[in-house]
Amino acid sequence: MNNEKIDQIIDKHHSEASSLIQILLEIQSEYHWLPKEALERVAERLQVPMTRVQHIATFYKAFSLVPKGRHEIHICMGTACHVRGASRVLDTVEELTGIKPGETDLDLKFSLQTVNCLGCCALGPVLEIDGKTHGKVSPAQMAEVLKNYE
Amino acid sequence: MARINSPFELEELRKQILSVRDPNKPCITLCAGSACNASGSREVARSLEEEIQKQGLSSTVDIRQTGCHGYCERGPIIVVGPEKICYFQIKPEDIAEIITETIVNKKVVDRLLYVDPATNEKIVHEHDIPFYKNQERIVFGANSSVDPKSIDDYLAIGGYSALAKALSQMTPDGVLQEVKKANLRGRGGGGFPAGVKWEGSRNAPGDIKYVIVNADEGDPGAYMDRSLLEGNPHAVLEGLAIGAYTVGCSEGYIYVRQEYPLAVENIFTAIRQAEEYGLLGENILGTGFSFKVIVHQGAGAFVCGESTALMTALEGRAGEPRPKYIRSNVVGLWGRPSVLNNVETWANVPLIINKGADWFTSIGTETSKGTKIFSLVGKITNTGLVEVPMGTPIKDIIYTIGGGIPGGKKFKAVQTGGPSGGCLPESLLDLPVGFDELTKAGSMMGSGGMIVMDEDTCMVDVARYFLDFLTDESCGKCVPCREGMRQMLKILTNITQGKGREGDIELLEELAETAIEGALCALGKSSPNPFLSTLKYFRDEYEAHVKEKRCPALSCKELISFYIEPEKCKACMTCARKCPSDAIISGKNLIHIVDQEKCTKCGTCFDVCPPRFRAVTKISGVPVPPPIPEEARTIVREKQK
Ligand SMILES: Cc1cc2nc3c(=O)[nH]c(=O)nc-3n(C[C@H](O)[C@H](O)[C@H](O)COP(=O)(O)O)c2cc1C
Ligand code: SF4
Ligand code: SF4
Ligand code: FES
Ligand code: FES
Repeated sequence: MNNEKIDQIIDKHHSEASSLIQILLEIQSEYHWLPKEALERVAERLQVPMTRVQHIATFYKAFSLVPKGRHEIHICMGTACHVRGASRVLDTVEELTGIKPGETDLDLKFSLQTVNCLGCCALGPVLEIDGKTHGKVSPAQMAEVLKNYE
Repeated sequence: MARINSPFELEELRKQILSVRDPNKPCITLCAGSACNASGSREVARSLEEEIQKQGLSSTVDIRQTGCHGYCERGPIIVVGPEKICYFQIKPEDIAEIITETIVNKKVVDRLLYVDPATNEKIVHEHDIPFYKNQERIVFGANSSVDPKSIDDYLAIGGYSALAKALSQMTPDGVLQEVKKANLRGRGGGGFPAGVKWEGSRNAPGDIKYVIVNADEGDPGAYMDRSLLEGNPHAVLEGLAIGAYTVGCSEGYIYVRQEYPLAVENIFTAIRQAEEYGLLGENILGTGFSFKVIVHQGAGAFVCGESTALMTALEGRAGEPRPKYIRSNVVGLWGRPSVLNNVETWANVPLIINKGADWFTSIGTETSKGTKIFSLVGKITNTGLVEVPMGTPIKDIIYTIGGGIPGGKKFKAVQTGGPSGGCLPESLLDLPVGFDELTKAGSMMGSGGMIVMDEDTCMVDVARYFLDFLTDESCGKCVPCREGMRQMLKILTNITQGKGREGDIELLEELAETAIEGALCALGKSSPNPFLSTLKYFRDEYEAHVKEKRCPALSCKELISFYIEPEKCKACMTCARKCPSDAIISGKNLIHIVDQEKCTKCGTCFDVCPPRFRAVTKISGVPVPPPIPEEARTIVREKQK
């Protein structure tokens, strides 16, 4: 982590406290997680209490306070995907990766996350790996798909 | 781009844009909405560009990449203009043929056409396809004729003429009266009249006021706001600017969830282009009206869609609701009067200004005017976004437009209104869609999610699903919501796992009552709705779970077993090969058996067993028959005899 990058992001938002969430989002998209030092830097530069920064970092789903794996799996649990069997897909992915939603495996290979509608309901059940959408997936396919990630 | 300094100059620019556009010039429109992208639209776009280059047609045909057309089920979609020939499920390999045949030789490529399942006939034009034919796409229709990254495309279809009209020919009060007369009700959930909300802000004291777009769209399974913002961002901006002029605001916000990257990108582009033309910013169209729009990305929390929570989030804090002793249109963002409306609500405004309240009120029912976009998803043949006049019977949406239930299955229920809504059974299919009609039936319009369920969907599980979602999303500030919901979820989960007890249903009803009475915000207050409506219409399913430990839909994992019928198993080994848990005891010419201990009930064997055998069955409520003895397992095949 380098402070320069973080300062750049903060400067872009003119160090305004009202941009706190936007700043954290940008840091998160840069590092894929929010290191503690980054949070401290933000608190210091925006002059907001660390407790408020932490509250926000834990309140919103987009933020992670632990390092993410190399590949991020987002499984859609929206209603459309649910009625088409998304929970069976999730079960299988949990089994294959050994992690539950919100977790990262020990080799930092996969992070698993559930989301609530990716806007591709026609292709349900849907999941995204590193931003690539896989539609109409079945539990049986999951082993095949996950094999392709190193 | 040069700045436009008056409504007259806007019209001149529009004429100029149209004059260099030949309406007869072939134009290939490709849907590049989220669903189509996921099914390969980007690759199609690449091959489209290459092929046009290769055939030397760059100057004779236009390509336009648009937002969602609605018929996502059939994507990627290509429409060839000016004739509007529709091709579905396009692959990059199809492009050369489309260009050679349709563009050069003016012939239709038969094999890529839509086949009407009812008549088996091929349909050439978009407007003849049942999915489109039976809709009235006044808001959403423009999606297929504009490239969201091109403001000129929007101007070409009359864009920003409503803003020009409002600013130059109408007083703010005149606009307000028109919107009130149109009786435009909020498309984001409650159906509160937009005009009344605007008036409250307009009359509230204070010089600084705000207008805000709610593009949080936290509803699981609904994506119309996303598609509108992605596909036609200027329509939302134009509506917002008109609202700002009416209320007296010089600043507006768009709260859009960060999970919608394409929507965020397109809205940023749209704002920049509108500013360059002087359609946003200082002294718009030389009328003295100034208006600035700021985009704020949400970070994924359903409760942030609630109006007071959203405004708190806009201030850079955790988005938690507050009690609404004073409405936000009087005391909202930073304590100032703030008008919050849904994406679709704003997108309706330019239409009302251009065509008038009388036109708008000619569409719809007595109390619900205009159209509504629904996200028609789940167990339905034509999944997608459909826009129909209010008052259209649900049956027409599901059967005429949606094409009914796929796979010969039986319709069971349709869920509307998202987590705050409810399920409607078959007996209510004739119900016309409208705010009050749906509420009366125990459901809700909500933001327009319409999730169709067939006989394989368990209604108890659906109730559990929504409660699980809401428990996860509750901000936890008030006790009835935080604790009550957790208890309800626990009981419902027990029921779906076969651990339900006598009295559970009554206890759930009691907890539901408390949440409705005591929760602070609408999330908590409406959280029991999915339970109450499923109980009302599907009580027998609850009772089967509790009393007989049986899931009638054969869906609840803990209450079903997978079993291979020995007489039907042909030992083809398909299921054994696909079973991810090695739970199938198999062997060449040996009737297969499911090892119930190892089986994780993923359902793969059920899905993959060839339809001509259908040997795998689901069992619920009765014990699984013991495995057949070893010596009876060998199959003697005909030809081997
Ligand atoms: C928990 C909760 C979540 C909501 N989520 C949304 C949402 O995602 N989008 C939306 O437009 N309205 C949502 N609403 C409704 C808004 O609070 C508000 O009523 C609406 O945005 C007002 O706009 P409208 O009058 O144009 O519908 C939600 C309400 C609640 C209680
Ligand atoms: S009802 Fe639920 S979400 Fe709403 S304020 Fe209470 S705890 Fe928070
Ligand atoms: S349900 Fe899944 S785990 Fe069980 S036998 Fe069938 S394929 Fe195997
Ligand atoms: S519910 Fe999964 S993509 Fe919409
Ligand atoms: S995304 Fe192409 S039709 Fe919906």
